[in-house]
Amino acid sequence: MAKVFKGRPVVAGECTAPALVSHGGFNTLASFQMAMMFGDKKVKCGDQNNADLYKKPMKGTALCLPQTIGSTTGGMVLYTACATGNQPACMLFSKTIDSLAASGAILAEVWTDANMPVVDELGDEFLDYMKDGMTVTVGRDGTVTVE
Amino acid sequence: MELTREQQDILNGSRGEVMAKVMKSLVMYGETFGADRMVPVSSRFGHTVISFGIGVMKPVYDLYDQLIKAGALSAQPFSADPLPLDKNVPSSFLQDLVFKHFMYSQQGRYEKQLEKLGLMSPDAYTCACYLDEVGNKPAKGEILSWAESSAVVYANSVLGARCNRNSGMLELMGSIVGYAPHFGLLTDDGRRADWIVEVRTSRKPEAQLLGSAIGMKVMEQVPYIKGLDRWLGTELTDDVCAYLKDFGAATASNGAVGLYHIENLTPEAVESGESLIREGAPVYVVDDAELERVKANYPVVWKDLNAKPKLCFIGCPHLTLSQLEGWTERITSSLAANGLKKVTVPTVMTCAPATLKKFKETADFARLEKAGVVLSYICPLMYMNNPLSGKMPVITCSNKLRTYTTARYYTEDELLAKITGGEK
Repeated sequence: MAKVFKGRPVVAGECTAPALVSHGGFNTLASFQMAMMFGDKKVKCGDQNNADLYKKPMKGTALCLPQTIGSTTGGMVLYTACATGNQPACMLFSKTIDSLAASGAILAEVWTDANMPVVDELGDEFLDYMKDGMTVTVGRDGTVTVE
Repeated sequence: MELTREQQDILNGSRGEVMAKVMKSLVMYGETFGADRMVPVSSRFGHTVISFGIGVMKPVYDLYDQLIKAGALSAQPFSADPLPLDKNVPSSFLQDLVFKHFMYSQQGRYEKQLEKLGLMSPDAYTCACYLDEVGNKPAKGEILSWAESSAVVYANSVLGARCNRNSGMLELMGSIVGYAPHFGLLTDDGRRADWIVEVRTSRKPEAQLLGSAIGMKVMEQVPYIKGLDRWLGTELTDDVCAYLKDFGAATASNGAVGLYHIENLTPEAVESGESLIREGAPVYVVDDAELERVKANYPVVWKDLNAKPKLCFIGCPHLTLSQLEGWTERITSSLAANGLKKVTVPTVMTCAPATLKKFKETADFARLEKAGVVLSYICPLMYMNNPLSGKMPVITCSNKLRTYTTARYYTEDELLAKITGGEK
């Protein structure tokens, strides 16, 4: 049975994708840098400190996370991922989005053609419920349906 | 968000389509965080976190070309993070090839872009732009549009300036249009403390280890730290500021801290004391055992855990003049005590070009060079961010470098023993 969560659309959009879940903070620079530098088509996570995601492909997934952490280059890294078509299908934050992730997502929305819906404030229950591989559908109003 | 007539006009295209997109990016960013208005960026200088021309980030430089072509240049001169390349730093033929022709293939293009956009001087490449000799030191209460995480946390906490943890690119857009959205650490309420941290260690805690522990605990929130004045005193001396620089960088990289208050020491804590603390703030106690626990949990990703280190980096963030002098004394004394003349692991110490210039005027410069230490303005993180360097057993006392690369962390004393032959 489908379970529905309601969040706030930061960048409105629609998509359906398999979930990839990080229970700890998502370090954008550490996660993307190696994959982007060496043209890894699956964009495998390079953050050795993130046991949930390390070495797992991120491209095209519904990336579920609490917030992003780490270097303030995070926004430009996310922007670049979007501008080169290497972004997750969507980003779903259990907490209020942090400033770095918001910057990257907004820059991508304003300056590129990438379509990466971003929803935040989905709540702790959302992250507790989510497991890798679950099918996630995002609506423009911030509704997230999980099957 | 309420915009002034001028701001609304810019958003509507009065200064061209590109400037309208710059304003739109900042307005969307502000609206996401409940900003009530845009406020003027009041510092004399800006600072950009992006100092590197990485080939895969070509879209960023393409966007900057759009800005330059449209005349959307920075309204304030700015400094930039450290350069990624320095021929003085030991590297193999293959590394040189990869660095210059593959990784940093956009470097020349980007440095020219920075000049056009408003770089304050050809020497203005450092993450520690707030040091006196660099000259980008904001005053208390000034509004900044910066992004470099270690500089933001220092400017907020030690200098009392006001800056959010912005992202690269967006921070330059704030300098270009001259406004920043008013929310978070720009507001009085956003600067109140969410956590109380009680330091109960039996000795002065290692700055980079304490910062790491606190960063991992409080994440993006603001800690009010008690008990550290016992070890640091109540004056912001050069040595204390250097400690706080390293401490803050660790809180910002191991967590996402943009501001900390230290009881009886940092300006807002001195002014307002415990009234800064929010009601019901949780307490995190840091003692010797907690620091040991944190350190023991750092992953070591070297293939051979017993590999002999091939390189040592000291200076992420860039070292101050007093730190260079302190390390010179410690390294030369330790070498002498061990009957050695040169360091046993190739060692690179990094600082701002302006700091290096000043250090070269001291007798310590020759002493350090004689000990075999290389001085550089490079960004160690940029050096390490590739598989060739990533496979090297590199050691460091920087928790930021540990977090983002394969470098292995040691405390300053442990590191000193490793590079001066004092390891038992």
